[in-house]
Amino acid sequence: MKKFKEKLSGRVFFVLALSTISALVLITVFIFVNGMPLIAEVGLFNFIFGMSWAPEQGQFGIFPMIVGTVSVTLGAALLGIPVGICCSIFMAEFAPAMMKNIFRPAIQLLAGIPSVVYGFWGLIFIVPAISTHLGGVGMSILAGSIILAIMILPTIISISEVSLLALPRTYKEGALALGMTHWQTIRHVQLPAAKSGIVAGVILGIGRAVGETMVVIMVLGNSVALPESILDSVRTLTTNIGLEMGYAAGRHRQALFATGIVLFVIIMILNISAQYITRKKVK
Amino acid sequence: MRITARNAEKTAKILIWTIALMVIAVLIFIIIFILYRGLPVINWNFLTEIPRRSGREGGIASPIIGTLSVTALAVLIAMPFGVGTAFYLAEYTKGGIITRIIRFCTESLAGIPSIIYGLFGFIFFLDVLGLGWSILSGGLTVAIMILPTLIRTAEESIRSVPKSYREVSFSLGGTKWQTIRKAVVPSAIRGIANGIILSVGRCVAETAALIMTAGYELIMPRSVFDSSRSLAVHFYTLVMDGISERNAYGTAAVLIILVFFINVVANMLINRFVAKGR
Amino acid sequence: MADKIVINDLNFYYNQKQAINNLNMSIPANEIFSVIGPANSGITTLLRTLNRLCDLTPGIRIEGEIQLDNQSIYAPEVSVTELRRRVGIVFDVPTPLPMSIFDNIAYGPRLARKKNKKALAETVELALRQAALWEEVKDRLKIQAMSLSGGQQQRLCLARVLALEPEVILLDRPCSGLDPISTAKIEESLTELKKQFTIIISPHNTQQAARISDRVAFMLMGNLIEEGANMEVFSSPKDRRTSDYITGRFG
Repeated sequence: MKKFKEKLSGRVFFVLALSTISALVLITVFIFVNGMPLIAEVGLFNFIFGMSWAPEQGQFGIFPMIVGTVSVTLGAALLGIPVGICCSIFMAEFAPAMMKNIFRPAIQLLAGIPSVVYGFWGLIFIVPAISTHLGGVGMSILAGSIILAIMILPTIISISEVSLLALPRTYKEGALALGMTHWQTIRHVQLPAAKSGIVAGVILGIGRAVGETMVVIMVLGNSVALPESILDSVRTLTTNIGLEMGYAAGRHRQALFATGIVLFVIIMILNISAQYITRKKVK
Repeated sequence: MRITARNAEKTAKILIWTIALMVIAVLIFIIIFILYRGLPVINWNFLTEIPRRSGREGGIASPIIGTLSVTALAVLIAMPFGVGTAFYLAEYTKGGIITRIIRFCTESLAGIPSIIYGLFGFIFFLDVLGLGWSILSGGLTVAIMILPTLIRTAEESIRSVPKSYREVSFSLGGTKWQTIRKAVVPSAIRGIANGIILSVGRCVAETAALIMTAGYELIMPRSVFDSSRSLAVHFYTLVMDGISERNAYGTAAVLIILVFFINVVANMLINRFVAKGR
Repeated sequence: MADKIVINDLNFYYNQKQAINNLNMSIPANEIFSVIGPANSGITTLLRTLNRLCDLTPGIRIEGEIQLDNQSIYAPEVSVTELRRRVGIVFDVPTPLPMSIFDNIAYGPRLARKKNKKALAETVELALRQAALWEEVKDRLKIQAMSLSGGQQQRLCLARVLALEPEVILLDRPCSGLDPISTAKIEESLTELKKQFTIIISPHNTQQAARISDRVAFMLMGNLIEEGANMEVFSSPKDRRTSDYITGRFG
């Protein structure tokens, strides 16, 4: 009886552990099965580099959306990464205990607030501000970048902070003992040593920006056109799916799944590189 | 030379402090702003009446129920899988190809955006399984989304149980299963609970995947097979369709308060967990 | 007296590194058998092979044979959990589980599921008495074991092993972090306990070995250098290295 239970518990845990594998396989299969036919029909090149998206007329080009996703993500990364890394240095090195006790739950809260709330705030504050001070309608790459930058902060901060704190104390003590200032130690010893962890955090943060849907629907304006400046409206891959899935049918729906494939591939590339970097560090 | 180093030190310190404080300020500003406009809207009727005229009037009772039921369902479904996987990874395997694959899949799932989950849930639960827009479809979809969080936090807390507890239990004639149940689980339970709370937070905040799987229905759901709009989806609709800014603020305030409470509970669990671990 | 444990040609490896070299040893019943030696002599490893706790460490390899009452403990038909109940161990640092004093002591018997409530309470009391802890904790069996002092915790760990009603008790430097009074109490209980049990101890210093043991074995770098009655080894060691060690030239 006892032996039986022993064996059974191991088997049950193993079967439960297969759930993530089956989930990922199912997701991949269903997204691809539903999207591939359209890509095959239109042609991969035409789909990715096509400039015109008019499902009613059978035109399925998503290049403007790829540009949209890339530009908003780039903007968010440019704003979010330096701020995020500074915050993680602050947390790991400068913050007094009291500040840490405020900062850490605050960052947690930041991560927990629904993205629609950020989108709303952006719509009410950032968009009008841009429109008044910089011109245009306000719904723009810039607005999206600012809000996404705030949203990816928790990911970057927490992972970077952990990798800074995980460094052996001897690194810092050794450098300080050699007469380096605290800042020189951080810049020349600690940051380089924690590089791979920080890069992994940044990549995951970028992944979050690429995949975010609600915020970009709310503040980007969603026009399908190549942007000429950061004040122009764009549509991202996620937006395309989110906006049109509600009424799409037939080939149109297939095209949205095909958009999903492109998004999925981008995300998986980011995922795998983040995992690769983290694993290399462990070794 | 020395003076430059000292100046650099000073400048860097000031810069980093400024940035950190600015981040905090922005966060506080967002929260205060929403609460300032939203709290006055919240009263007993707002919480207990179902929305009328698409949400222009009435309250948010049915979206609250929608959010709660999707969350409860998702956590109930995901918990055995998540915690089971964590135990498998932490206690039953010493590495090997299958473990590596499981880890890869878990981390990949964590990075997949919710819109992809939405697409999958839409085609699989609605179309293939024929569940239609429903609390069940939404719950199942979100259950997959929260798996990585559950696995990570549970595995971490299982691993943080001192090795000596296991040795003692084995040395007293415990089998592996007995050791896990009596020596490991009691010490890991807070960490596991913390993971569950964090997952609840993720369910409450989820929007994109739920629009596509749980639908927009505003009447009170009678079973898990009914469609129901979650709070976040309701809020989104109120804003985007320009239905009622007043009620949008109210709903957002409720969401923020919910998330805040979830965080407080999670932190309480973590702190006591850490204190006990010492 | 009959030998309780017989070790024949024992070789022990952690991956490629050999920790015990060709060890032969006989341990008589109802005596206190001390294994002394400096750190990294393979003593902890030896103790952990005797109840197969070393099985938990990945990458180990064992050659040779260990017999308990003339039966090989590494034979395939042996139940490891049964073996560990017969051969209990106390570790070098106190390791109370995060539960009440009572639950700690009752942990082993409850796993075996052989006792009703009343018998369990009696076992716990007896074990605590044997470990000289009963008088100090009898009114607060429900408090957390972690809140006891270090010396009390270590006696709790001894009582926890006694509650298994084992045949052999292994003690791996059980007094290394303890104050002299707790050490004296544990030594006192051990002298009493050897009437019922076979005790194998790795003492934390040679004085302790000299005070309490009937027989003494000296190990160095995984080799058994010398073994014999307490008086013999300490008063007239045969090997130069043994005398160097007990006179404090190294270790």
